[in-house]
Amino acid sequence: MEQLRWLPQVEDWRARLRALSTAADPWPRAVALAKARLDFTHTSALDETLRRALDGAVPDGTATTPVRLAILGSATLAHLHAGIRVAGLRRDIHVATYENAYGQYLQELLDGGSALHRFRPNAVLFAFDAYHLTQGLHAALPEAEGEAMLADTLARIRRCWTLAQAAFGCPVMQQAALDVFAPLLGSNEHRLPGSRGRFVARLNERLREAADATGVDLVAVDDAARRDGMANWHDPALWHRSRQEVSPALSPTYGELVARVIAARRGRSAKCLVLDLDNTLWGGAIGDDGLDGIVLGQGSPLGEGFLAVQDYARDLARRGVILAVSSKNDAACALKPFERHPDMVLRRADIASFRANWDDKAANLRAIAHDLNIGLDAMVFLDDNPFERNLVREQLPMVAVPEVPDDDPARVPGVLADAGYFESLGITADDLKRGAQYQDNRARDGLRAAATDMEGYLRALDMRLVWNRFDSLGQARVVQLINKTNQFNLTTRRHQDADVAAVAADPQAFGLQLRLLDRFGDNGMIAVVIGRLTAPDTVTIDTWLMSCRVLGRGVERTTLNVVAAQARALGAARLVGEYLPTGRNGMVREHYDRLGFAPLTDGPSGARTAVLDLTAFTPQTTLIHLSEGFAP
Amino acid sequence: MTDQVRLYEQLTEIFNDVFLREDMKLTPELSARDVEGWDSFKQIEIMVSVEERFGIKLNTREIDGLRNVGDLADVVTRKAR
Repeated sequence: MEQLRWLPQVEDWRARLRALSTAADPWPRAVALAKARLDFTHTSALDETLRRALDGAVPDGTATTPVRLAILGSATLAHLHAGIRVAGLRRDIHVATYENAYGQYLQELLDGGSALHRFRPNAVLFAFDAYHLTQGLHAALPEAEGEAMLADTLARIRRCWTLAQAAFGCPVMQQAALDVFAPLLGSNEHRLPGSRGRFVARLNERLREAADATGVDLVAVDDAARRDGMANWHDPALWHRSRQEVSPALSPTYGELVARVIAARRGRSAKCLVLDLDNTLWGGAIGDDGLDGIVLGQGSPLGEGFLAVQDYARDLARRGVILAVSSKNDAACALKPFERHPDMVLRRADIASFRANWDDKAANLRAIAHDLNIGLDAMVFLDDNPFERNLVREQLPMVAVPEVPDDDPARVPGVLADAGYFESLGITADDLKRGAQYQDNRARDGLRAAATDMEGYLRALDMRLVWNRFDSLGQARVVQLINKTNQFNLTTRRHQDADVAAVAADPQAFGLQLRLLDRFGDNGMIAVVIGRLTAPDTVTIDTWLMSCRVLGRGVERTTLNVVAAQARALGAARLVGEYLPTGRNGMVREHYDRLGFAPLTDGPSGARTAVLDLTAFTPQTTLIHLSEGFAP
Repeated sequence: MTDQVRLYEQLTEIFNDVFLREDMKLTPELSARDVEGWDSFKQIEIMVSVEERFGIKLNTREIDGLRNVGDLADVVTRKAR
């Protein structure tokens, strides 16, 4: 069984372990090593190497006050300490452990002078093996006796909790019992009163109720073993050999489950999930593939996988996890699916901080942490791109960055859950309100801030729109754009070479090719417009199309300034625009309305026309510098 | 490199990890008596590591029958085929 699959494989293991053993600062090095996918042997080796390097010292400045964990149980637990300590280490939490002498948990609890009391634990974990808990149970046991045993077992466990709480005044954890037994009836095992499996299942249920009532936290190894398979968790041969109920190989996983509850109790669980967009929330790149081209939603296995990712993220948000977005994208383009894609589960309002830009992701994560006023160590960053993941791990090691096994969105919810980043000990009213709070905040200052950001960003882009009439040099690219642009395309008229050449030669028409440059370089030809005199005072726009890559930058308005000037040059007083729906160009349905055209006709099939009075039109100021002729 | 040499290299790596050493020399005759700290707990660590690295399960009889590293190498050779 592959454990800790959300962590990256370790590189240079031996060299790093050796460096740790002689380092003056072993703790941070060990924390970094603990964030790799370590098996049982490596976990033990790391634990022991750090123990020797620290030589009894407890490091300063860790995430929480050092934890002194007493593990009280009925069988051998020594093989699980390293897993727990290293899982604490992974969270920058120092954990010292104590285990009762074999079988003596109650005696040590009761004896104020025992080694347990001298240890002065500030956390206690009860881990009773199922053989111990079901002692005396057998297949012929009458129902009533089984019930009495259940009540008695529960009462004995509760007494242990009370004793520990009274003696140490610290958080108490209870490990659920493992159903390690071979069934006697089969599928309907629950009908056998003396069944050990049935007893364990019922005990676990009652333990949960009792834990809720007394403020004890559960360590749900029963759920984990159900997911992982009991054969991975428990090896009967090892039980007979060494009284190890949980297989030593599983020590890293067991340690994670325990350390998570400890960390959650100390307020150290992650609070925010930061999501990448392209190939994380949907398949494909919104900038290249467009709203209709991205893979999302029912009808394709991959699209459903991404839907499942969004569903899980939304449910996390509903129970109090903050969602944020960090995407390398044009901001307006990145927003499009949130605003317009019918299959999107997540909406803009679900995202407390939305960062789509061309800055590096580490800078964006810092900005998000600042936006939300949370620590970077409270953030989990989900991104399909290994380059981005490694960049963030390197620059911001406190941010949790899960691997995605097989690069398959279908596996993401399971990985996020297995990683336990958002371990929570319960739900408060605040948790349920949190999403709404962030939305309000955003409504107040976020929108304005975002708008300011956007304008500043666009200004800083130093954009130049260079236009030219159709010419032979650009003709091939013009024809290509006309024939492949689906989304930002008002009429979708698929003109061919001869048509384009005809427009170029027609004195009653104009064909415009437009190119956008910014400080990042030349975006190439990104828009085409064809206008034609259709009445003595009217130019009708036959074609207007644009590449989605440059959406949201104000290219449309700047283009209109050129189109209006060209139409006026033909003597027109009116500029008429048409919209012909195709099923893929819904994004430009209101294109002319947005540009200040007045509606003219609304056809039954969804076709629309609109008109602009050129006598009243004044060119609008935009953030794009306009020039004629091709750029050098 | 023969399979046996490769196997001993892999076993040496496991033993070095388990005993936190870098200098262990594994011979077929090497046994728990020869290595400081090779107790029953370490024995289980070795078994679990071997099982994980080679993707095999060793049964109770096989583990009980192990007298030295040579026996372990034989069992792994037989099972990991």
